[in-house]
Amino acid sequence: MPTNLSARLCTFVLSLFLIAFALPAFAGPFEDAVAKFANDDYSDTDEAIGVVASSGNKLAFPIISALQDGRLMADPDSKKVYVTGTDGKSIDAATGEPVASVPDSASAVRLNNRLRRSVDAALGSLTLQSPDLGARLQAAQSVFKSHEETALEPVEGALAKETNKSVKTALGEARAAILLFKSDATEVQKLEAVATIKARGDQEALALLSDIGTDQPASVTKAAASAIGSIQSSLAVWSTVQNAWYGLSLGSVLLLAAIGLAITFGVMGVINMAHGEMVMIGAYTTFVVQEVIRTRYPALFDYSLLIAVPLAFLVAGAIGVLIERSIIRFLYGRPLETLLATWGLSLVLQQAVRTMFGPTNREVGNPSWMSGAFDLGQITITYNRLWILVFTLAVFMILLAMLRYTALGLEMRAVTQNRRMAASMGIATSRVDALTFGLGSGIAGIAGVALSQIDNVSPNLGQSYIIDSFMVVVFGGVGNLWGTLVGAFTLGIANKFLEPVAGAVLGKIAILVLIILFIQKRPRGLFALKGRAVEA
Amino acid sequence: MLTRSLDRGAAIFLAVVAACGILIPLSNLLLPAGSFLQVPTYLVALWGKYVCYAILALSIDLIWGYCGILSLGHGAFFALGGYAMGMYLMRQIGTRGVYGNPILPDFMVFLNWQKLPWYWYGFDMFWFAALMVLFVPGLLAFCFGWLAFRSRVTGVYLSIITQAMTYALLLAFFRNDFGFGGNNGLTDFKDILGFNVQAEGTRAALFALSCLALILSFLICRAVVSSKLGKVLIAIRDAESRSRFLGYRVESYKLFVFTLSACMAGVAGALYVPQVGIINPSEFAPGNSIEAVIWVAVGGRGTLVGAALGAIVVNYAKTFFTSGMLAPYWLFMLGALFILVTLLLPKGIVGTFNAWRETSKERRPAASAAAEDGVTEPKMAEKAR
Repeated sequence: MPTNLSARLCTFVLSLFLIAFALPAFAGPFEDAVAKFANDDYSDTDEAIGVVASSGNKLAFPIISALQDGRLMADPDSKKVYVTGTDGKSIDAATGEPVASVPDSASAVRLNNRLRRSVDAALGSLTLQSPDLGARLQAAQSVFKSHEETALEPVEGALAKETNKSVKTALGEARAAILLFKSDATEVQKLEAVATIKARGDQEALALLSDIGTDQPASVTKAAASAIGSIQSSLAVWSTVQNAWYGLSLGSVLLLAAIGLAITFGVMGVINMAHGEMVMIGAYTTFVVQEVIRTRYPALFDYSLLIAVPLAFLVAGAIGVLIERSIIRFLYGRPLETLLATWGLSLVLQQAVRTMFGPTNREVGNPSWMSGAFDLGQITITYNRLWILVFTLAVFMILLAMLRYTALGLEMRAVTQNRRMAASMGIATSRVDALTFGLGSGIAGIAGVALSQIDNVSPNLGQSYIIDSFMVVVFGGVGNLWGTLVGAFTLGIANKFLEPVAGAVLGKIAILVLIILFIQKRPRGLFALKGRAVEA
Repeated sequence: MLTRSLDRGAAIFLAVVAACGILIPLSNLLLPAGSFLQVPTYLVALWGKYVCYAILALSIDLIWGYCGILSLGHGAFFALGGYAMGMYLMRQIGTRGVYGNPILPDFMVFLNWQKLPWYWYGFDMFWFAALMVLFVPGLLAFCFGWLAFRSRVTGVYLSIITQAMTYALLLAFFRNDFGFGGNNGLTDFKDILGFNVQAEGTRAALFALSCLALILSFLICRAVVSSKLGKVLIAIRDAESRSRFLGYRVESYKLFVFTLSACMAGVAGALYVPQVGIINPSEFAPGNSIEAVIWVAVGGRGTLVGAALGAIVVNYAKTFFTSGMLAPYWLFMLGALFILVTLLLPKGIVGTFNAWRETSKERRPAASAAAEDGVTEPKMAEKAR
């Protein structure tokens, strides 16, 4: 083996000599390098990639990308190299002149894995001028991070040609980063660079400014220090905004899970421990809908959630009515027993789902309009969280309107306020109870559709929400939907603001302890119903 | 008449527990292995576990059956007592741990801790640990109850916040930096009071001790519920506001019985840990506490014998069903048990049995009833004295 290796090394060195001395006829280093592609030797190709990529020649990008796609043709006889475009037309790689046809003796330049990596790296800096906007932006970002001095020329070249505003900004920032670290840049250039990076104002800018070193002019160091200060304070504001957003997002999830509970608990005084399982059933309904769509009508996938929402409402609602009629009806006036019976029910439902769908997580996909994210200032907002917030508020509004403007809503409110009086006025309280329980369960089912987008769909899905939802209802006050809204968002935001300080678990413990203490002060929650009926 | 039948039930119960507490360890130790009457060691440990659960059920029945406080977090007191005992057992391991550190338990060495945290001090002494078994759950229950009862948090609200309490403790004990072994908990015990915890003799002794603790707990509960205090508790259960208006300090009564109950749960946990050989945060899981409540409901809330019996029956069924072919159906059965007992058997087995005996006695001819009354009267007088 060693002999083999040394033999290879010898040929390699020899061939280098050959290239260096035997082929001085070509004009410049670029043409020289292009010609090397024709040698059909991996080392030569590698070298050529490096030279071409750093040449700044406008043909570099087409050449390297053609190499990547196997469209770079080399003629070993004439040492001429051609780029065949994706449209089938070819040019001479060294000069850029169009050629009528590539000679038959030419073949595609071959690549191995090592070379493919070089090609990728070369394209990284070359993509600064790629026609694809996203690729240019990404390339500019990566230059900003690496701030290699050698990238200055390509960046400046790209900057001159760039027309897109955001890419232009990114390139400007990349240039500033390079200049800041370039030892022979002037003080004015460096000060400008600091200003540009300060304007960027994110965590990376902060990292860059913090590591400029000590060999900078005093004015630059000072400017950097003040920039760091201002970035830090603006980042603090943004992190507050971000926490608030996360809090709103968590709050919307809590609200969605708790809202159905608030109805059943508020109207009927029933503790439904199986509420979480209604959420789970909604999530599994979504799973089933998506499975059917996947196998039968793949084109409808983006509408799967729209189909799942009413279905989940109906399925969970029907199960809810069934539970009310068969179990809970017999336990009115015995809240503690209801609690136990519904807990038992939750065990049965969980085990039933486990038996039917298996104990493992089930895959529920995001439709295209729910995946992805966008940036707002320094924070990233994912579409699924945003949609869930919107959806939650919509459900809340619809429910509120329903309670206010429909006959069932009126009856429900009457029963909440004074059950016996409502019964005396001719309201069929048992029918209202059944419908209320169905409504609460149906909303839990809808919550399941939304939660299937951000959480694992498993038989334990409901369990993880039940304690939190109870906390929301107890905190917000029973029998008042606004209380639930305020409770959910307060807990969500408080949780997310405590998290960075105390850590996720301790934050949650702190919230639980705070609620326990809060209940001491206001045993019936933030927005308690007033009147004697409540005390009964 | 009711008092007498209950008395007889209690006497039978106590006699059976005492007999088990004496005979089972003796049969395990004295009879040759494999003999028909010999109780194998694994069964001794298993039944010891049931007896601990029975003590927990008694403690729940004391507050739920007699004072109407439904705690869904009693597993927390049980687990805290267990952790106190577990800490003592951990300190007893000494240099026999994997890392051989004389002071620090293995998990602390593993986490690179240099010093024993202050709350582990003293747990190398049995008397201190035994005190903590009572003190820690008692203190938590006292603080919690003081806050809750004073502001009149009742009914389902109380149930939910007790559940939140045990959930918060569950999360806390899962953390490694909390200093209780994280999600692995405390295990790998070697000695208790110098005896090997794995040895047959120790296991038999622990079983006998558990039976003794069950008898003592039963007697304490019985003393509480049949005293004047117990009558007030029942009054609070049935009409809290009325009792308050009659001038009773409802919150003090509740606080007393809640704290007492937590201490009993702590003792149950402390006896449970050496017999099971492990204590980990899953004991805090809200589901465990609710399951303990259903034992009481099955046996009969408001009847002390029923609570203990319920714990043993349900756990025996659990062992029976989860170890065989029927394992996937156990949760269905447990769930159905919750539903059916609350719907059809609200008084539980013993409560229903007592009610049935009562009605059947009332249906007897008047003459024999009168004769019975004659028999009962002196006893009642004795009680009143």
